[in-house]
Amino acid sequence: MIGRAAKVMRYQVVDLLRGRALVGYALFFAAATSGLSLLGGGTARALPSLATLILLVVPLVSLLLATTTVYHRGDFVNLLLSHPVGRRPVFVGIHLGVTLPLTAAFLLGLLLPLVAGGIGAEHVADVAILAVAGVLLTGVFSSIGLVVGLSFDRLARGAGFALLLWLALVVLYDGAVLFAAYRWAAYPMEGPMLALMALNPVDLARVMVLVALDASALMGYTGAVFQDFFGGASGLLVAAACLALWMAAPAFAAMRLFERKDL
Amino acid sequence: MNTLVLLAVGLLGQAVTPQPGPSHPVPPQARTPDGFASIGEAVAAAAPHDTVRIAAGVYAEPTVVIDRPLTLLAEPGAILTGEGERGLIEIRADSVTVAGFTLRDTGLAFTDDRAAILVEESRFCEVRDNTLERTFFGIYLANSGDCTVRGNRLEATGDRETRSGNGIHLWYSTRIRIEDNEIVGHRDGIYFEFVEDSEVMGNRSTGNARYGLHFMFSDRSSYDRNTFADNGAGVAVMYTRDVSMRENDFRGSRGSAAFGLLLKDITDSEITGNRFLDNSVAIHAEGANRVRIEGNEFVENGWAVKVMANSEDSSFSGNNFVRNSFDIATNSRRTYSEFEGNFWDRYRGYDRDGDGVGDVPYHPVRLFSLVVSQNEPALVLQRSPLVFLLDLAEQALPMLTPENLVDPRPVLDPFDTPWRPS
Repeated sequence: MIGRAAKVMRYQVVDLLRGRALVGYALFFAAATSGLSLLGGGTARALPSLATLILLVVPLVSLLLATTTVYHRGDFVNLLLSHPVGRRPVFVGIHLGVTLPLTAAFLLGLLLPLVAGGIGAEHVADVAILAVAGVLLTGVFSSIGLVVGLSFDRLARGAGFALLLWLALVVLYDGAVLFAAYRWAAYPMEGPMLALMALNPVDLARVMVLVALDASALMGYTGAVFQDFFGGASGLLVAAACLALWMAAPAFAAMRLFERKDL
Repeated sequence: MNTLVLLAVGLLGQAVTPQPGPSHPVPPQARTPDGFASIGEAVAAAAPHDTVRIAAGVYAEPTVVIDRPLTLLAEPGAILTGEGERGLIEIRADSVTVAGFTLRDTGLAFTDDRAAILVEESRFCEVRDNTLERTFFGIYLANSGDCTVRGNRLEATGDRETRSGNGIHLWYSTRIRIEDNEIVGHRDGIYFEFVEDSEVMGNRSTGNARYGLHFMFSDRSSYDRNTFADNGAGVAVMYTRDVSMRENDFRGSRGSAAFGLLLKDITDSEITGNRFLDNSVAIHAEGANRVRIEGNEFVENGWAVKVMANSEDSSFSGNNFVRNSFDIATNSRRTYSEFEGNFWDRYRGYDRDGDGVGDVPYHPVRLFSLVVSQNEPALVLQRSPLVFLLDLAEQALPMLTPENLVDPRPVLDPFDTPWRPS
């Protein structure tokens, strides 16, 4: 099973590389990171902009690339599927074949310029948090992308839905949260706000970024819930654990879809 | 017991080159020409302006009261303990020097201000190079003047405000110099009330339960090159005029009621060349009038400056605002303070004539900071693209943020402050 999955994965990776989107993605992050840190005055000043970039671009690219992969699966996968082999290893191969190259491209693009430019010891932890948040986001959105791809029969519809989903999670959801904060302002909202963050993987990643970049502001909040959550490593760990769940659930759903789908 | 006494009193003629005491402990009963049963007895036997040398050893005795001009020099290893029962040294005369002691264990006291060294109605006193351990109040000056407190190390373990006293505490005193001391784990590191014309420089006040520095009604004093770090609530200064604070380091004050520097009714003062790093609120100004805040470094704070509308004619210029979650917040649509010629890392304007000054004014109050002041839990939306869009819209067309809180001449490159050698 592992051998078959690995083989599928290899073809998948080769396919992705041929498509050049992946290389472009890595180059985009490399250019952004080096541009921001070299021209903008060092790692410290680049971090906030990089964080925003990661929260916007990683979900979008992972989602679109994973969605289109479903429609552009290679001849090899089609050939394999016509034989009496289990679909599970094939799916694992496809999933890893999208997620791992995306992760590698993101990490290379982000970290190479920073390491080459010298991070500075005091920023290593912050950079690490950004990198982990980005990797988790990649896993979450490539899994969701596979679900989307497997749920729509035509590429145009799948990609269109993926874009809408991205917009909803990145901007619209936060609008709804802000509305809720005002609508129920009379109630203690810290707990519910954190719960709402857990329901959106982009917000979870953003919460991790906040721990790195805005801890002193969040500690200034008068309620005890934020103090505890953002005061130590607990907030970071909880957010990362929730993101891991967000990665597993859609991956499982996608696998079920793939196993039952008439391909 | 361990009350071992080894004192040599150099009498008047010998004060310059006093005879060293015996280097080995002598039983308390022993009487030699140079030996006294206790520090207290040696002090009682000394003539004014004598020098008393205290040899190494552990001394436990009633509070030593110095009632005449004297110099007490403790040799290394001379330890005076209060056994958790009492204050240690009281200076009640002019021209007294107390140096080199290790003073420990005053115990807690809730009915009196028990201190390791109490200075009362004294002038020209000097307290230097002492080590204070587990004391309630450390060095307490009341109704005194022209004194120096230098190079002492005060370490207490008061984890709660109610169970610890202040490190260096001044009450109704004038012309006092507090220099190069290190104060850890007290309630307030340095506390002034009704103190005038004094200087506080080069001290480190860290890890205190409440404030690193706290003063009220203490006009015409200056605070230079001190470090106030990781104190429970930072630094709070109130009801005072003519304060000057230069090149101090205010950092690590995090929490809902923690401020790097809280200004409450401070008038005609200057705050220049300081660094504010990693505080929940770097400067909270309430009733700060005619205060000049210039050439400071605001880095990685939650809020760099919260300025309330009851502050008038204060000015912020030549400061660097870098990586703060919020630069400025206020509680009114108008401001009576002035912001001009600062460096803001959020500024995105252009400089077409190349004079280093942005051609577009900068509005340092974000819409989101207003949102958060009305609705605190919304803080978790910081850095959301939605918030970015809201801020952008408000920048383009200010409708809710203070219209006249604006830096008309934002500078494009950070200033060289004392914290940014280049």
